[in-house]
Amino acid sequence: MKIFYYSILFLFALPAHAALNVFACEPEWAALTLELAGDKTNIYSATGGLQDPHRIEARPSLIAKARRAKLVVCTGAELEVAWLPVVLRESGNNALQTGNSAYFEAAQFVTMQEVPTRLDRGDGDVHALGNPHIQTDPRNFLPIADALSKRLAQLDPANAAHYQQRLASFNTKWRAAIGVWEHQAAPLRGVSIVVQHKGFPYLNGWLGLKEVATLEPKPGMEPSAAHLAQVLNTLQKQPAKMVLRAAYQEARPSEWISQRAHIAAVELPYTVSGSDRAQDLYGLFDDTIAKLLAGLK
Amino acid sequence: MFKKICVGTAIAVLSSHAMAADVISNEAVFNPAFSLILSGTYGSVQRDPAIPATGFAMNPNPGHEQGFNLGESEMGISANVDPEYRGVATLALSPAGGISVENAFVRTTSLGDGLNLKFGRFFSGLGYLNEQHAHAWDFVDQPLVYATLWENQLGEDGIQLKWLAPTDTFIEVGGEMGKGRGFPGTDTVRNGNGASVLFAHIGDDIGIEHSWRAGASLHQTKRVAAESTSVPDVNGNPVTNLFTGHSQTAGLDFVWKYSPNGNVRNNYFKLQGEYFRRKESGDLTYDTTVAGANITDSFSVIQSGFYLQSVYQFMPRWRTGLRYDRLDPGVAQVGALNAGNIISDYRFNPTRTSLMLDYSPSEFSRLRMQVANDQSRRGMKDNQLFVQYIMSLGAHGAHQY
Repeated sequence: MKIFYYSILFLFALPAHAALNVFACEPEWAALTLELAGDKTNIYSATGGLQDPHRIEARPSLIAKARRAKLVVCTGAELEVAWLPVVLRESGNNALQTGNSAYFEAAQFVTMQEVPTRLDRGDGDVHALGNPHIQTDPRNFLPIADALSKRLAQLDPANAAHYQQRLASFNTKWRAAIGVWEHQAAPLRGVSIVVQHKGFPYLNGWLGLKEVATLEPKPGMEPSAAHLAQVLNTLQKQPAKMVLRAAYQEARPSEWISQRAHIAAVELPYTVSGSDRAQDLYGLFDDTIAKLLAGLK
Repeated sequence: MFKKICVGTAIAVLSSHAMAADVISNEAVFNPAFSLILSGTYGSVQRDPAIPATGFAMNPNPGHEQGFNLGESEMGISANVDPEYRGVATLALSPAGGISVENAFVRTTSLGDGLNLKFGRFFSGLGYLNEQHAHAWDFVDQPLVYATLWENQLGEDGIQLKWLAPTDTFIEVGGEMGKGRGFPGTDTVRNGNGASVLFAHIGDDIGIEHSWRAGASLHQTKRVAAESTSVPDVNGNPVTNLFTGHSQTAGLDFVWKYSPNGNVRNNYFKLQGEYFRRKESGDLTYDTTVAGANITDSFSVIQSGFYLQSVYQFMPRWRTGLRYDRLDPGVAQVGALNAGNIISDYRFNPTRTSLMLDYSPSEFSRLRMQVANDQSRRGMKDNQLFVQYIMSLGAHGAHQY
């Protein structure tokens, strides 16, 4: 339970005296905004690390928070398509319409992977603009931070110098941290993995992990017994070291494979507040790397 | 049933923008989002579904279909009209042929300050369930109180204004004026307002695991020559009556949702209930057929009802739900001239208990089974079984809370 109280503290008790109200769709963007703005903003995170960001309800509280937001920071790429449009429309906040400067989509600033060449729901819940789980590669945060900092300065010009200075210091610290993580993660290069949901292409690309199978038969479809058996079969021919899942995903399918294929089941925080250690962006990747390395043993 | 008209206009309004696309870009990129809901049911009931709930013969009785049935396929089209407006149309394709306009409205997107204005044909914002489309219902059918007091759902031709308060807690108030198209309205054909609605909603989260919304609503309309057929009189003969008078309905609604870690994908529990109370007073003409008695005198009655339901997603993809319905036909005050004709006190409360189980292989498909013990008609216990599928193709818009 402890983790939930921490995440509540982190997500909902950010400084209340500040001027710019920011509505972050996911905790990683709340954390990034905090890095870039410090106490100049009042940040509300619409989701926590243990919630599936695809499946959030357009709750009254979200609509009320969006009503007063001056900036909305989201992943985009249709990740929030099942709830955000209703929240923004019902909020009656005309600044937040798509295309306005108050609506910031992180996915626009990185190179998208797994952009489907054909769109058919028979292929599962695929996102037309590519895989939206961009927060699993820390390098993606650099261009996003740059764009977000400019957006903050545009909306709050009085503090432009403050944002610029925080961006510079974030860039330096973040690049150094990436160097450390890459050094730590060297043993992971070329390691074969299984994933529960197709949510890790950016992480795989960064660390050189080799994805050999997916537990969900199609993106967004729950793993069926028949499909799991098939995965087990694949693993006999093509062994993997571990099976990865995000903290918000159900443990059962991973555990099932883990026991039968005798590989480690690794639960990654996936986002800020997804684990006890992942209380900020640095903690997120510290913990991710540590858990992956533990899975190797 | 109220006849729906003018499909062409609605589509023309929505698609006219596409015509304006300039020569360089592809016209199709401006096409509105398009969705189609396919649904069907199998129904097995022991009693004739045309028999209304006891005490509610002057109310609508949407009833149930028996055997295999294609449900209404629902076609949704929506897009931003321009930076100021958004257009939404929902067309219901009836299995017997024909298209009816369920919704066709325009809403503002840029008023700001928490204001939202909607005009055209829309589901009224009263209560909790009223705005939900059939494909989002948790049971095969609507609660009895919605079936009898709102003919399943109150649709209105008119205008709605909502305002959301700039507070951390969700507080919304709204009002509607309209034609009085849906029951109990009688489709006013005069200048002015035929029906009005006021509603207020309040809601919030408690931690990350709980959320709730509560509301109150008021509806009022003047009913003119509202005809009801096959109404039993004191002697048990089916007669046709006419009512003219005022109808006022007050409602209370609440919903509470709980989900471990706030993660609705895996498990959640939802509890909701609504109560409506309607007072009608005016004049009632008894037995209006040509050879009938045609006696007019005063008539007033308070009808009420509630439902309480819970839905539990016990594992991903699987949900079960339980619902209890109860109605109170009230005791009518009947003028002296009709005291010997009209039943004033039915001394019976219709009830129904429904249990459902549904399975959703993906966000776009759902299969459902429902059993009900219907005791809404005196002395006619009815065990009902329904099987239903609901599939959605194309653009899948976000659902409301």
